[in-house]
Amino acid sequence: MSEAIQKALATRKTNGESRPALTRKDFVSDQEIRWCPGCGDYSILAQVQKIMPELGVAREDTVFVSGIGCAARFPYYMNTYGFHGIHGRAPAIATGIKAARPELQVWVATGDGDGLSIGGNHLIHALRRNVDLKILLFNNRIYGLTKGQYSPTSEFGKKTKSTPLGSVDHPFNPASVALGAEATFVARAIDTDAKHLQEVVKRAASHKGGAFVEIFQNCNVFNDDAFAYFTDKAVKTDRTLYLEHGKPMLYAGGKKGIGLDPHGLRPFVVDVKSDEDLKQVLVHDESVESPGLAFLLSRLDQPEFPIPLGVLRNVQKSTYDSLIDEQGKRAIAQRGDKATLKELLYSGDIWKVE
Amino acid sequence: MENTESVPPRSLRVEEKESVVVRFCGDSGDGMQLTGTEFSRSAALEGNDLATFPDFPAEIRAPAGTLPGVSGYQVHFASTDIFTPGDEPDVLVAMNPAALRMNVKDLKVGGILMVNTGAFSSQNLQKAGYKASPLGDGSLSAYQLIQLDISKLVVEALADSGLSSKDTLRAKNFYALGLMFWLYNRPIEQEIDSIRKKFGKRPDLADGNVKAFKSGYFYGETTELFTSTYKVKAARLEPGTYRNITGNEAASLGFVAAAKLSGMKLFLGSYPITPASDILHNLSTYRHFGVVTAQAEDEIAAAGMAIGATYAGCIGLTSTSGPGLALKGEILGLAVMTELPLIVIDVQRGGPSTGLPTKTEQADLMQAIFGRNSESPLAVLATRTPADCFDCALEAVRIATKYMVPVLYMTDGYIANGSEPWLLPKIEDLKTIPVQFRTEPEGFLPYLRDPETLARPWAIPGTPGLEHRVGGLEKENVTGNVSYDPYNHELMVRIREEKVQRIARDIPPTEIFGDPEGEILLIGWGGTYGSIREATNAMRARGQKVSHVHLRWLNPLPSDLEGIMRRFKHVVVPELNLGQLRMMLRARTLIDVKGVNKIQGKPFKISELIKRVGAVVRGEPDPGAIPVEANKRATLDSTTDAG
Repeated sequence: MSEAIQKALATRKTNGESRPALTRKDFVSDQEIRWCPGCGDYSILAQVQKIMPELGVAREDTVFVSGIGCAARFPYYMNTYGFHGIHGRAPAIATGIKAARPELQVWVATGDGDGLSIGGNHLIHALRRNVDLKILLFNNRIYGLTKGQYSPTSEFGKKTKSTPLGSVDHPFNPASVALGAEATFVARAIDTDAKHLQEVVKRAASHKGGAFVEIFQNCNVFNDDAFAYFTDKAVKTDRTLYLEHGKPMLYAGGKKGIGLDPHGLRPFVVDVKSDEDLKQVLVHDESVESPGLAFLLSRLDQPEFPIPLGVLRNVQKSTYDSLIDEQGKRAIAQRGDKATLKELLYSGDIWKVE
Repeated sequence: MENTESVPPRSLRVEEKESVVVRFCGDSGDGMQLTGTEFSRSAALEGNDLATFPDFPAEIRAPAGTLPGVSGYQVHFASTDIFTPGDEPDVLVAMNPAALRMNVKDLKVGGILMVNTGAFSSQNLQKAGYKASPLGDGSLSAYQLIQLDISKLVVEALADSGLSSKDTLRAKNFYALGLMFWLYNRPIEQEIDSIRKKFGKRPDLADGNVKAFKSGYFYGETTELFTSTYKVKAARLEPGTYRNITGNEAASLGFVAAAKLSGMKLFLGSYPITPASDILHNLSTYRHFGVVTAQAEDEIAAAGMAIGATYAGCIGLTSTSGPGLALKGEILGLAVMTELPLIVIDVQRGGPSTGLPTKTEQADLMQAIFGRNSESPLAVLATRTPADCFDCALEAVRIATKYMVPVLYMTDGYIANGSEPWLLPKIEDLKTIPVQFRTEPEGFLPYLRDPETLARPWAIPGTPGLEHRVGGLEKENVTGNVSYDPYNHELMVRIREEKVQRIARDIPPTEIFGDPEGEILLIGWGGTYGSIREATNAMRARGQKVSHVHLRWLNPLPSDLEGIMRRFKHVVVPELNLGQLRMMLRARTLIDVKGVNKIQGKPFKISELIKRVGAVVRGEPDPGAIPVEANKRATLDSTTDAG
């Protein structure tokens, strides 16, 4: 921390100690929310505000960064520090904040267009570097703020304003992209499943490293019910798989499970009728070093398979920000005494003129 | 001294020279940049004033022996005050036919031309476009031609060194350097130390190159190649401690110093790009000063990281060249909107598009001032010499943080790679840069402004009670809330512009070199400083009433500039572009400013400027401009400099 920042924050400790415990309300900003009525974003905002007091991070140490799009309005509604950036660049801005001030908790709120299309490059590189960012990607499979064009996660053939004959773009899968970029924490949740979403976001917050959470979010104006095929009450139990570390991958009320062929290449559905059947069901291990299993899980989809939710991958790796910090501290410990203006300028090939 | 064993040194005449221009040229792989740098360093240590001009191709190793593969390094050293690397070399060292062909027409008539005949094979002659060897056909009779088979001499000298033939031949440049050391009476000890340091990890190469260097030196001493040697006395420079410095080095030191003087952390986000990469390399060696450097995934991310760090309370810096500046434009707009003191370094190069990556140009001025969507004013300043890059860095940080405004810091390839002796500032003379973060929650509003500077408070994350949101959407003045109110928008657009214009209050009165009024006022900016200054000097010496103003600030312009311009009959702006500053000065003053423009990736020659300025003020056609003709090829042989 530089002298100037130290000075600015000098009185902070004493302030902090006498403060009462925070509640959800402390994280609600005074800004009027401008999302469409019925938007899935409201639930995501509510769940995040709800868990914030439990994280034990001071409000002033929390920064929300975003790009452009509906999701990107998120920082305005959080009573923390917030930076509403430009389209796609939030991971880069957030990386700068975190690398400059590793003690801050930095969040990124992004969408499928912002994070995977215009900002795809920054997203993969932030994950690759394992910058300790909490990235919430609201996936609604559509461009909302520009009023309904297809996105990189829209299904093939989708008819939208910009694709009246149907899209010829093959979509990609956000969790698979994150895993391909070697993200150390990858999870999924649904906007309407409040409790599970809270759990997943809390897990992301406690992960030391880049955490990527794909949240299936309904855009009731431009892409209503995009995820109804697995989120609808009537089908949800049969079509979703809630992953839990160390537990068998069971769904449909425990009547079905996910197995894997002996070569580890092809998953299959196990009808669980006996203990013998249960032995065929995979036990979830989010901490395997290789992202292979997590990638395989990220690919499961209807109609054959349930959609896995929860934490797909959770492994430990040094973070970009802590490595920068440690390098800097080491350099200062070794040569800090030489960090004077005199040493800086009066070195190299110098000579005197009398 | 009694020593019958050694050959008594030949008593050669030592001729004293006021100033000498030497150009080393050869293939990209011949080590000419290193040779040039080493020769300049020794001139600096001799106390000469000096200016250098490295000129190299964009390809790391263009096909050997070809014209595009030629790399050159010009050094001008003198016992007097000099401002440019010189128009014409007095000495040209050409390591192969291509280098000879590309450079010989610049050599002064009667100048020393040293060629490495070892490289004059028929194949190399052909690659250079020579039908017959120019060495024997009398075409070089205007010069003192010295033919040396350096390749062979090096092989002989290093016969017992154990070096491979490839490594042996690569020592040619040090052989040539040794000869130049002898010719200019330079002490060799320091150079030997320097070579040893350079090859520290490979003692065999160190020994070999030292031997090549010494052999070159002794070859001069024992043969009768030259009738005299030369001495350039130390320049009468202002007393003090000097350091030989390139622009990119001085810029790096300036920003580290600015961080130190403000108690701030310096954060550089950068993406490799010629000719700016050295700033990234240099700054990454100052981690012990608390400097953080991040090599980003692209130009946009580099600027994004820098603005994030600025928001978090650092001096956020991003360095680039023209194409990168284009990519960073949207982030700069965000810095304008969020009123954060982001600093961008643009080391200009030839464009458009990829253009001429290693050559100099000044054609990013409009991009710097206007190159973003909408009304997006930021402060723009330009450095004039390598050493000036240091002062400008301090100035950029001071202004950015005082006015809470992004600053665009412009240099160019010529300044960035060129070097000069820098009179180091006394540490006690360096002023602290006061930076204050807002800490008081009482009365805090994110866009409540200082009435004097119009700066908004800098409230950094981590400060309790100041939690607030910034962003690219238009903000209501004072509160910083998102606002689409039409009147607020116009107010904010005008405030952002006014804030930049108020920086003019911090600009000292414009210095006029020459008389405060007269016939011709030459206005320049950036790296043309030296050429314009020497041209002004020369024209004044002929009795012409010429003065020179060189601008540091381009946005805002100094408030006294228009008044000064009106005191001259003619105002001429020499620029390495098609007239961008001229356009701006005309627009802002309605004065009929004229221009001298060159877009060849090269600096102005002094003689060229004198001729062209003269023609332009007489209303004659500019003799230097390349005329537009469809389907004509402008080439080395078909074109001559106006100078």
